[in-house]
Amino acid sequence: MSQAKPQKVKWVKPPKLGLLEQMYFPTVISGMATTLKHMVGTLTGTGDKNIQVQSYPEERPTLPPHYRGVHRLNRDPEGRVKCVACYMCSTACPAHCIDIVAAPSPWPDREKYPETFVIDELRCIYCGMCEQACPVDAIELTTIFDLTGMSREEMMFDKEKLLSVFDKTVAAGTDPVRTQPGRLGVASLPAGAGLTGSSSAQS
Amino acid sequence: MATVYVNDKAVDIGDERLNCIQAAERAGVTIPHYCWHAALSVVASCRMCLVEVGERKVDEKGQVAIAMQPKVVPGCQTPVKDGMVIRTADAKAKDAQERTLESILLNHPLDCPVCDKAGECLLQDFSFQFGKAESRMVDEKNTPPNKPDLGPNVGLFTDRCIMCSRCVRFTREVSGTAELHVVNRGSHSEIDVFEGHPLANKLATNVVDLCPVGALSSKDFLYSQRVWNLKTVNSVCSGCSTGCSILVDSNKDIVYRLRPRFNPRAQGHFMCDEGRLGYHHVNDSARLGQYLVRGEQGTKAVEWAQAAGLCREKLAAEASKDPGRVWFVFSPSMTVEEAWLLANFAQKLSPFVKLVMGPVGVVGEDDTYPKDRKGRPAQPVKFTIRAEKAANLRGVRGILNHFQKDRATYQQFLAAAKSGQVDACLIAAGQSPQVYKPSVEEGDALSAVRFVAVQQLFSSPLTDRAHLVIPASAFSEIEGTLVNHAGLAQATKAACAPSRGLRTDGQFFLELLERKGLVHAANLRKEIAKAVPAFKPLEVGDLGEYGVFCEKLKEQS
Repeated sequence: MSQAKPQKVKWVKPPKLGLLEQMYFPTVISGMATTLKHMVGTLTGTGDKNIQVQSYPEERPTLPPHYRGVHRLNRDPEGRVKCVACYMCSTACPAHCIDIVAAPSPWPDREKYPETFVIDELRCIYCGMCEQACPVDAIELTTIFDLTGMSREEMMFDKEKLLSVFDKTVAAGTDPVRTQPGRLGVASLPAGAGLTGSSSAQS
Repeated sequence: MATVYVNDKAVDIGDERLNCIQAAERAGVTIPHYCWHAALSVVASCRMCLVEVGERKVDEKGQVAIAMQPKVVPGCQTPVKDGMVIRTADAKAKDAQERTLESILLNHPLDCPVCDKAGECLLQDFSFQFGKAESRMVDEKNTPPNKPDLGPNVGLFTDRCIMCSRCVRFTREVSGTAELHVVNRGSHSEIDVFEGHPLANKLATNVVDLCPVGALSSKDFLYSQRVWNLKTVNSVCSGCSTGCSILVDSNKDIVYRLRPRFNPRAQGHFMCDEGRLGYHHVNDSARLGQYLVRGEQGTKAVEWAQAAGLCREKLAAEASKDPGRVWFVFSPSMTVEEAWLLANFAQKLSPFVKLVMGPVGVVGEDDTYPKDRKGRPAQPVKFTIRAEKAANLRGVRGILNHFQKDRATYQQFLAAAKSGQVDACLIAAGQSPQVYKPSVEEGDALSAVRFVAVQQLFSSPLTDRAHLVIPASAFSEIEGTLVNHAGLAQATKAACAPSRGLRTDGQFFLELLERKGLVHAANLRKEIAKAVPAFKPLEVGDLGEYGVFCEKLKEQS
């Protein structure tokens, strides 16, 4: 960074405090007055109507469906993991928190599937790039925001746990919405539509 | 001197016989192509390299006239001549490229997310550079069934194939085994093998590298990594004394595959499957991972510097008593630099210690390709798998000859050890188990020796007898020079770091010598070139992509 030239620097003098201001009491009292006003308003119910109070965790907020919370791995109509282990999410991930091990799929209509799929939820920055990179809409960020755990290991979400998040959000009716345009890849087509007759390259 | 004009850029091609693709490459212009390959015959079947050609003439008045041919021609099949004009970026050529790509992509499944080739696929690259974004195809694509068992190492994703026939020509022209062929016609053409004749020749996996798309896939590498995650370094295959130039692809210190690297001075474009799949021992969890000291109180793991210190002291102590009874066994797989450092250490102890060349694995006879249909070798030879399974026999021999002309053989060393004429020995730099495996007899021969230090990759009968076990470095972890059968010295670079707590062989020898610093191959090469006349060509330090010839090493025995 270059230093500004002395003639370009504009010097501003702090305002001089008067006797009353030097005592600080009037400002303290006016601040307290604001606090008291809101306190009375809240207690008597006559205050600002826009202020909402929720008794979390007894009451829980309904977040917008495009909220970026805990990930889920989607299932296809047959209940299998939708992911094709293309590594696009882990390539796009700026935090390098996705670890995938691919393998030839056990199903005749698909070629590749994730043997393991682990997201380090502590390392994740919840940017949603994995969601955007996925060519088959297999990974999505849900509205679950209050993620807690007792250990670091617990926060490494594996395939089963991510699929259980899918089941949980489907049961709760809080499916996320697709937030980006664009077509899905061939690999996302329902069984038999794009890859008829193809089988995995290794039995 | 012939001059060719590529996109209005003049390029001098001398008196070489080139086609349009090669001439354009000299001018820095890429003409997209699939079926053409420098090592294979020309078929001009993919039509991707269509370019406009013409002739540039200068009349008596000095006026330049360019006459272009009315039609585009395949660049791979069109030889260039003096005054030829090639245009690759004009409307006609561009239109031809777009239409060709659209036609090639008609039946391509576009399953890039699950395709192993994605990231290094010519179809992806050229579609991006030269293609159209949209396909006008409205009908359903052909989806022929996959052939996962084309051969033991190769599978075929039939629907991805673009029918360039490179693989077919490879098996007919280079391996000569002719397993592959094209069945059916038109858009139903498929690559296939003959019934009962799988793609099982020793060069088979080269078709995977040749395949410009993801149709032919290596079973070994299938789905193990995405290629953009791999780190690639130049290296040299340590499988046999051909010394193929290779690329080592690794990620986080795990080697995932080896690929041939073009080197006209070494092997050309290809490599054999034995070498290609001969890297698995590098990632093996059974590799030695600790410096072990074995004494009367049992076995104890020590730090590397301690191990080197102990080795130095013990050998020095024995050498001060009777240097003629201290032996150093060199491995024909170690680099020239490692041999130089170890030989220097031996000389420092005493000029009378014995230097021995370790066992050289020899399997059968040299195997040359192409073969004819009956499996007999045919001429001209395009690839040789050598019987001598030692990557650097000539390099290490050159170093040993510099210090000791009359040397005992490895068998003589074992006999001497058996008869109690050896007090201490260091058996250096183990070879990979594919190349050489020490036998129980070799281990037993060492039982009478007072101090045995053994450097190996895996535990073996030798390490069982050792008082000091030194984990050796694999070929992917070392930096140095390897000299092949023809005296070609090639540089190999480290792709991976040694496991935690370990040091490379060269670093260990530096510590033995009590020399400071890290192993820097280029500097060591200069040092060796100065000291040993046979290694004079190494004085350049950086050996470049192709390496340099050390003619004198070839002749030595």
